[in-house]
Amino acid sequence: MSTLLDVKALTVEFATRRGTVQAVKRVDLEVAKGETVGVVGESGSGKSVTSYAVMRILDRAGRIADGSVAFSGLDLRAATERQMTDLRGREISMIFQNPRMALNPIRKVGRQIEDVLRRHAQAGSMDARAKAIEMLTQVRIARPEERYHAYPFELSGGMCQRIVIALALACRPQLLIADEPTTGLDVTTQKAVMDLVSELTKARGMSTILITHDLGLAAAYCDKVVVMKKGEVVETAGAREVFAAPKDDYTKRLMRATPRPGSTLRGLLPEGTAPAERPAAAGSGETLLKVEGLLKEYPRQGVSKTWRQMFGGGAAATDEAPFRAVDGISFEIARGESLGLVGESGCGKSTTSMMVMRLLDPTAGKITLGGDDIGAIPARSFAASKHRRRIQMVFQDPTDSLNPRFTAARAIADPLLRMSALKGRHAIRTRCEELATLVGLPLDLLDRFPHQLSGGQKARVGIARAIALDPELVILDEPTAALDVSVQAVVLNLLDDLKAKLGMSYLFVSHDLHVVRLLCDRVIVMRQGRIVEEGTSEKVLEAPEADYTRELISAIPHPPV
Amino acid sequence: MSNVDLSVAAAAPLPGPAATPARPATGFAAALSHARYVATSNPVTGFAFALFFLITLAAIVGPVIAPYDPLASDTAAALQPPSAAHWFGTDQVGRDIFSRVLVATRLDLVIAICSVALVFCLGGFAGICAGFFGGWTDRIMSRVSDTIMAFPLFVLAMGIVAALGNTVTNIVIATAIVNFPLYQRIARAEANIRREAGFVQAARLTGNSEMRILLTQILPNIMPIMAVQMSLTMGYAILNAAGLSFIGLGVKPPTPEWGIMVAEGAGFIISGEWWIALFPGLALMIAVFCFNLLGDGLRDIIDPQRRT
Amino acid sequence: MRAVARRLATIVPTLIGVVIVTFLLTRVLPGDPAAYFAGPTADQASIDQIRAALGLDQPLPVQFAAYVKDLATGNLGNALSTGQPVLTELAARLPASAELTLTALLISMSIAIPLGILAAVKEGSFIDHVCRVVTTAGVSLPVFFTGLLFVYVFYYLLGWAPAPVGRLDVYFTEPERITGFFTIDSLLAGDLETFRAAASQLFLPAATLALFSLAPIARMTRASMLSVLSSEFIRTARAAGLRSRTVILAYAFRNAMLPVVTTLGMVFSFLLGANVLVEKVFAWPGVGSFAVEALIQSDYAPVQGFVLAMALLYVALNLVIDLVYGLIDPRVRLEA
Repeated sequence: MSTLLDVKALTVEFATRRGTVQAVKRVDLEVAKGETVGVVGESGSGKSVTSYAVMRILDRAGRIADGSVAFSGLDLRAATERQMTDLRGREISMIFQNPRMALNPIRKVGRQIEDVLRRHAQAGSMDARAKAIEMLTQVRIARPEERYHAYPFELSGGMCQRIVIALALACRPQLLIADEPTTGLDVTTQKAVMDLVSELTKARGMSTILITHDLGLAAAYCDKVVVMKKGEVVETAGAREVFAAPKDDYTKRLMRATPRPGSTLRGLLPEGTAPAERPAAAGSGETLLKVEGLLKEYPRQGVSKTWRQMFGGGAAATDEAPFRAVDGISFEIARGESLGLVGESGCGKSTTSMMVMRLLDPTAGKITLGGDDIGAIPARSFAASKHRRRIQMVFQDPTDSLNPRFTAARAIADPLLRMSALKGRHAIRTRCEELATLVGLPLDLLDRFPHQLSGGQKARVGIARAIALDPELVILDEPTAALDVSVQAVVLNLLDDLKAKLGMSYLFVSHDLHVVRLLCDRVIVMRQGRIVEEGTSEKVLEAPEADYTRELISAIPHPPV
Repeated sequence: MSNVDLSVAAAAPLPGPAATPARPATGFAAALSHARYVATSNPVTGFAFALFFLITLAAIVGPVIAPYDPLASDTAAALQPPSAAHWFGTDQVGRDIFSRVLVATRLDLVIAICSVALVFCLGGFAGICAGFFGGWTDRIMSRVSDTIMAFPLFVLAMGIVAALGNTVTNIVIATAIVNFPLYQRIARAEANIRREAGFVQAARLTGNSEMRILLTQILPNIMPIMAVQMSLTMGYAILNAAGLSFIGLGVKPPTPEWGIMVAEGAGFIISGEWWIALFPGLALMIAVFCFNLLGDGLRDIIDPQRRT
Repeated sequence: MRAVARRLATIVPTLIGVVIVTFLLTRVLPGDPAAYFAGPTADQASIDQIRAALGLDQPLPVQFAAYVKDLATGNLGNALSTGQPVLTELAARLPASAELTLTALLISMSIAIPLGILAAVKEGSFIDHVCRVVTTAGVSLPVFFTGLLFVYVFYYLLGWAPAPVGRLDVYFTEPERITGFFTIDSLLAGDLETFRAAASQLFLPAATLALFSLAPIARMTRASMLSVLSSEFIRTARAAGLRSRTVILAYAFRNAMLPVVTTLGMVFSFLLGANVLVEKVFAWPGVGSFAVEALIQSDYAPVQGFVLAMALLYVALNLVIDLVYGLIDPRVRLEA
């Protein structure tokens, strides 16, 4: 195979307040014709910056300091800006994370595809529209003539990403750079989008660079994998070799930390540091939480809403049925048990957890905790209830869930100050330090503010706060979704250890069945406000009964077992 | 389950980019060093701070150091251009313009500070409540703001002073009222985006009452934004008050006040006596300029984007 | 169409609010309007008489009903100085103010928007610094002071501008009224001499106002252009190889205009207020100087009428701005 893109010793520098920072250090990257190369790394590894440098679309502050970039024999570093604009979109294209933001919000999507076609003289004013619609058809957009006139806000995230793909492939480029193309999309959408990209690029004999943090995704779609860490390439090898026998230590650790079928919680941790497996602790059998016929309805937002607000209803009668975010679900959690709540975005899992958490009032249904009907206490006054301390929560985004003006110690002390019998600075500080030790947060970090802590450290602060009052039930709302896999591995283990030690129950809300399986004894799969499947983690994963569960499982990419 | 497990899991190193940020300084020291950084990296902001200090000084000691009595007329020395004796010249009745400009600093500043403080308390509180509690509180407050915003602001201020009576207090009130929607809306928006923020939800879980959340979680996070707004509206308040005096509302002659002094000098411009209007006008301009620069500088200091 | 109707419906509560506030300003505030209207020399009997005549002895709701009825019939009272109905006086002077304000807005927009765009596209360049200085200085300038400065420099020192004595020098006769704008009317009449005279009178006050409104427009254009240019869809457009010109004009500019159009509402608010001051400085016979004269004479009805008229005008302008916004942004249009 001949080489299409050849990057040698590429170094990219950024000018910052604290002087020059090398974001990419002497990176080599080779892409052959027709090949799909995965560039894998955690946040801050410089994988995106590398691709921006190749395209020469770095921010003002960044510049290529050293190295060479050759594209079919053309030196891209020496190319004029004019040559580069001609090249972009026609020879090399790019698709981005967050497709909705990647499209001009006030221009019809069809026109945006046309713009690219016309720019590279692939279409004139006569046939531009027909070609744009043809592209929409190729990316499997239903009713393309109609969608041509749509604006991005009228389309779903997955559809927007198809439009971005259409835009990128419109001029039949030789190389496609996909920068985290499916991050933020649901797994089933992710699979559809990735299958589409792989099919179209193969059919056209194109090369692809897939930039991702997800080893599973790279394993499923790439021929070759380049692993990056802190701006450097640590390993380059064929996909099969990398997954079968990783050579570099970092690659090995990354590989271990990525959950896959058959992996265990301890197995995620770096070799040698992992303690012995703990036998699965089943719940005690005594029911802690009981949810019956839980229902949440929201009024539909119609045209007449403003009128109704202004003139107090009456005139515009609402014949539309209200939207049911959660549609009468029932489940139980035993003491000491972990229950997983899995589903894609909009399935009602977050609404359910908010209602159990008593931050949101259900429309109907009953929530009992250890025999007490806590659903009967309105969310507004639940903060003052004696039951408040019995249910706590670990939030999805560790940054967002910490008050930027509170130190770590102050954040952990908050529940102690409000709801514990502890009195006096000293007693509270002692307890904070105890909790910090429990969650593995170094004590000297206690007086720092959130912006001075890393993601993993912030997650630990959030966990310490949640367990400060010895709650009986802790709701984990995608607690690791914002974290890198290696940090995720540590945090998941920590959560499991804490549960065993403190005897809490967990309700683990997540979109990823493989992650849920590691921590949970039983799993509930939700879709459109209803429970589609319920059972032990093993059974649901290995012998799913519902079609939707099967679809969900097969859509999750994972490295070979 | 043994404790050994736990300690190992806890002691596992944090991989990835988890390296601790190299700034373990405490909040205040960090803010101070950041302020120093902003002041030195952006000389304009440093300049604004210096200017602000000078203006404040003039407001405090102005009446003491003024070379002449700002009200004493001397018809023999009327309409003199700037000279060594009268730095800024004299007006039509021979009053020393330099002394008058200097003494007026206090009045103009006090009007602006009072009105901004008033609107900060009222508008800020109304906005935070509206944004945080929503519902009826929000609807009523927003309706009040909308109604005020339906008027061109200076015109409304004119109407209010005309109706309430021609006094300095009423200038303060009118300026506060016309600024109300601005504060109300900013505070509302800021409180609203934080209403469902993770850390606010977390505070609910730890047993904080809604009122306590408002005071301990929401308010401290909104204060910096409001502080920037205060600095920016100070300039506007000074302009507004001077404009009202210029058309004969509020402060009455012969009290030294920049707006009135410009108005008094206006008639002499077309006959070439420029200094009567120029110097109070310049003072006015510099004061407003200073507060605007200061507002921009403060925004840089608190802006978390620039802080990283 | 539906969106337009919806937007029209939202001005109803605003109008009600405006009427209530103007009513409050006249009747409820401290002080005795009857004594006010009667003048300082009136005795108690005549004050009482005026009170009864004005209906001020009635309960408030009745007074409010009477006030609304007066408004509906266009009765804003009479101006003491001329004895004419306030409405007639305002209508006669409005074209002068409108000509001044619109000219100023035209000048400032045609300078501020290109300036803001250039500053954002060439961030950190010389033109960017010029833009920043102009915008910060512009909002700091008291408009009455700039006006006086202009008069001194361009009339007294340089002699380029005519004396600030209103819309037209006394030697000229007013053109026949068609639009009420002297510049346009004189052109329509084919009278170039008068046009030149009217335009030269108009230039200084319009430039003063323009300088004042230039700052917020340029500032907002620059800021929103900067934020749009760093947004992800611009990166996509660049990565697709679109030319800089296309990216800046077809992609960035239209998006950046959205906040600018919103800012125009605020600019109008400033302009209508600053108008009062500029009209006073240049003896411009518009509604603003009419209100100021009435204020000085403690003639209350014209001031009320002026405040109300400006509020209604401003509500109408905001309506137009919202409709323009809807034309640019499909998200607003299609929400209905």
